[in-house]
Parts: sequence; structure tokens; C-alpha cells
Amino acid sequence: MSVKTLTIDGTAIAIEEGATILQAAKEAGVPIPTLCHLEGVSDVGACRLCLVEVKGINKLLPACVTEVAEGMDIQTNTEKLQTYRRMTVELLFAEGNHVCSVCVANNNCELQDVAVQVGMDHSRFTYRFPDRGVDISHKQFGIDHNRCILCTRCVRVCDEVEGAHVWDVAQRGAACYIVSGLNQPWGEVDACTSCGKCVDACPTGAIFRKGDTTAEKIGDRAKLEFLVTAREQQKWTR
Amino acid sequence: MDKIKFATVWLAGCSGCHMSFLDLDEWLIDLAAAVDVVFSPVGCDLKTYPDGVDVCLVEGAIANQENLELIYDVRRKTKLLISFGDCAVTANVPAMRNMLGSSSAVLKRAYLELGDVTPQLPDEPGIVPELLDRVVPVHEVVPVDIFMPGCPPSADRIRATLEPLLKGEMPVMEGRSMIKFG
Repeated sequence: MSVKTLTIDGTAIAIEEGATILQAAKEAGVPIPTLCHLEGVSDVGACRLCLVEVKGINKLLPACVTEVAEGMDIQTNTEKLQTYRRMTVELLFAEGNHVCSVCVANNNCELQDVAVQVGMDHSRFTYRFPDRGVDISHKQFGIDHNRCILCTRCVRVCDEVEGAHVWDVAQRGAACYIVSGLNQPWGEVDACTSCGKCVDACPTGAIFRKGDTTAEKIGDRAKLEFLVTAREQQKWTR
Repeated sequence: MDKIKFATVWLAGCSGCHMSFLDLDEWLIDLAAAVDVVFSPVGCDLKTYPDGVDVCLVEGAIANQENLELIYDVRRKTKLLISFGDCAVTANVPAMRNMLGSSSAVLKRAYLELGDVTPQLPDEPGIVPELLDRVVPVHEVVPVDIFMPGCPPSADRIRATLEPLLKGEMPVMEGRSMIKFG
């Protein structure tokens, strides 16, 4: 396997061919904020938080889905990137109905964490207040589309780890939403095994366990990574 | 040097931010020594917002005509306006009615559809302020100088915001302890 050498924020790094910029940065100990990335499932570049600058390339590239190349000169935290990241997070807050104070995921929310990380003390964009639904037809779980940021982590974990493919994305643009089955109520989807992996995968309070109330959703995201490692490498400890 | 003229106002919010302000406990004594409280629902009896205020904490979103008139008045007469808590910063819970649409849809839902006994719409012009069609955060109406999120902001966060101002410095609104929502 060939090795690529590159620099991230001035630090020289060697990593195997086919790795992503995000993996290389992780190896180099350079933190890049992410939301739609989840260890154990494929990457899709949906949230645009991990955008980086690559010298000689005129546009910003998502680190999670860009493969390393020989001699790449990457910057991960320029002023321009900080501006775009904060704007992205502000837009996420303005797009949905994110009311932290009454959310199951308050204090355990990756969107909330990322807002702190990018220094967002308010959103400069006008809130949309879209009319979105809540589906509590499943006997154990619920999905509140108001809190969904369309990262599609639930879609990928259900398809790639559980193999059930209950979730998918319907519509386009601002009308996009996550559907269960053939756009049926979640409780009526036979394919759902009620495994709860989507609950752990969800970065916000959009997918939750029934009965959890404000600030009670405590995710176990490392469980998914554990399951994938267990399956692929037969290592059953964590 | 004259004392800092300090005010707090309460718009569409639950008063939780003001309760958290009272949680400053003993530090309120230090604060009282450094400022003149010229207008506040918890610290002063004046009913009209005075001129020449130096610092004002604004709790709550803008939800009705009275909120709107008061915030214009506050902005005109205040040097440094602080959006105090999530309702002021994001419109928060009061804005959850925006999903229903206009103010008439909201009033219909609350007073007619859910009215168990003699359902009727409130109508007392000049006494009960008219609802605005949309609840909005303070900075959508007037410029804001400092944003202090939190539901409510903890007493520590309030103190860390106010303390530098007393020394003529601006607070650094960064990190989990200062800007986490909720």
C-alpha cells in the first residue's frame, strides 16, 4: 500500500493512500469540527462543518469525503473557515426549530456543542419556524422533525450497521425530511427491529426514547463504533 | 465618577433570567455599591424607563405591542444593551407559537379551541397589548451589544458578563461556560 505525505496546518504527515483528510487530521491530532461524521459508518459530507482549505484549489473541500493526495498543503482553521463554520451552524439553528431549553438532548447535544465550539452567541439569520411534524407511533421511540438537521446518521446506521434500512430522505431542499419505511408512520414499518441504533446515532434530540424528558437523553455514541469493531475485527471489549 | 446607571427589563419571558439574577446572592451587594438601579422589575419601583442608562439586561423575546414599544424606548435611552437569556437571544419558548402562524391563529387556538368555559377572544384595547404576528429575538428589532444565552444564564455567567463592565472592559463571550444555549 502506498503512502502519501502532506501537511496539515504546517505539520508534515504520512498516511496510507485512500485515507480522508479527516482521518489524516485525526492522526495528526488536529481537531476539525464535524456533525454528520460518525465513526463506524460511511461519510456523506452533509453538514459542511469539516470544510478545509487546500492550497491551489479554489474551493473549500469537506475533509470527511476528500481523499489525501501527495503534497497536499491543508489549512483547517483559517479565519475564512471559522467564518463559514459559524455561518453554517447559525443556518442550522435558523432552519429548524431548535429550542434547547425544552429538548431531550439539552446538555448532551452535538449541535449545541458545535455552537459553543464555533463561538455562536446568536444567529444572525432570521429564524424560519417551519411547520414540521413529530411521529410517536413507534412503541419505544419518537422522532421530532423540528430538531432534525438532516445529517442522515440515522439513515446510514440503520442501513449499514443494522441492515434494516428503515430510514431515508424525502423531498428536496428546505422541504427535505427523514422518512421511515415508505413514508409510513414509524410504528407501522415492519423492517424496524427496534434496535435503537438511530437513537444513539442522532446528534441532536430529533430521535429519542419515549419517556425521556428535558435534558434526559444521554447518548451512547461509542456503542456504534464498538459494534462495528466487534463485527469487523472480532474484538468484543470496550 | 458617577455610578453606572443599570437597568433590567422583562419582555416575553418567564422571569427565570431575573430569578437567576437574584441568585447572584451576596454579589448583589457589591453590584448595588457599584451601580444605580434605575429601572428593574426586581430592583426598582419606577414605571417609566429613564434617560441615560449605561447598561441594560433585556430578558425575553418581542411578542406583543408593549414589548415592541418598550424595546425601542430602551434602545434609544441605553448605551449598552445586553440580550439576557435564550428568549432575548433566540426567541426560544415564546416563539414556539410561530409554528401556528399568525396571532389570530394563536389566539383562536388558546382561547376558543382550548377554552373550556365561555370561550372568547381577549379584547381590551389600551389595556391588553396586541400580540405581534411573529415572536422575534431582540436583535431582529434593535441592535444588541452583548449576547448572553442560557435558559436561564447561570448566576456565574451573569456575574462574568457584568463584572468586566463595571471595570470599563467588555466581557469575553466565549466557551461553554459563557455561551451554551439551553
